[in-house]
Amino acid sequence: MVGTVIGLGHYLTVAAILFTLGVFGIFLNRRNIIVILMSVELILLAVNLNLVAFSSHLQDLQGQVFALMILTVAAAEAAIGLAILVTFYRNRGTIAVEDANQMKG
Amino acid sequence: MSLPLFFFYIFSAVTVASAFMVISSRNPVHAVLFLILAFVNAAGLFMLAGAEFLALILIVVYVGAVAVLFLFVVMMLDVDFADMRRGMLQYAPVGIVVGIVLLLELLLVAGSFLVAPDAASGSSLPIDGTMDNTRALGLVLYTRYVFLFQGAAAILLVAMIGAIVLTLRHRTGVKRQSTAAQLGRMPADTLQVVKVKSGEGLQ
Repeated sequence: MVGTVIGLGHYLTVAAILFTLGVFGIFLNRRNIIVILMSVELILLAVNLNLVAFSSHLQDLQGQVFALMILTVAAAEAAIGLAILVTFYRNRGTIAVEDANQMKG
Repeated sequence: MSLPLFFFYIFSAVTVASAFMVISSRNPVHAVLFLILAFVNAAGLFMLAGAEFLALILIVVYVGAVAVLFLFVVMMLDVDFADMRRGMLQYAPVGIVVGIVLLLELLLVAGSFLVAPDAASGSSLPIDGTMDNTRALGLVLYTRYVFLFQGAAAILLVAMIGAIVLTLRHRTGVKRQSTAAQLGRMPADTLQVVKVKSGEGLQ
């Protein structure tokens, strides 16, 4: 895997580490929903990196088109997630995940 | 070591390190700033992979919009973030176990990955080396993937409307300027001309 050119394995390794860090971040910050959202962004970034790496390796533009779509969805997800967070904070005065039990009735 | 490989190692090292700081940082403002650093370096990785348009879009969208949105929310909410970290170590062991298992799986997949030799030739959208990346993406995005493009636009529109509807609130008791009321005000409503006889005042 260690060579003089950047191979597919290089990108896949970085993306794997990023993905794992994102999943680990969700476990580590179980109470703080802002950091959980940031971890989700890291996971989506890792997926994008994989798509771009394969696009570059296979010389196929499709991967970049799909990476663009993931970028769109990630931006929409962040906006909606943070809007829900702000509304939740206004109603409850907290953003702790375990306090989000209003739907239980 | 070639120059691109050198930059690849720098970008990936900074990306991974700042991603770790995002999840372990004590102050959420620092976490957002490290997230920005991770995105900028990931944009460098994209650039090395030849996806120039995506790299710049990553900087514009993520650093310019998403990260600033995170920063805005972190600063707007008055939350005791130190209290949030209580019980953090309680979940850390299971997180480490899951993380190690996941990482090993992913690295096994990445390490033993074999691309079929004719996979590149079977590509339906081969990258044209003579055309720059932005032009090539635009040529397929507005023709072949136009419905996907419209769908993405619809998602963004729904997200925008949703975010506005969720966060909009009408506060009562706030004094606001009402232009219509100001313009609708007639002299007869407020002004009264009276004749005052000399020697008598107004009553």
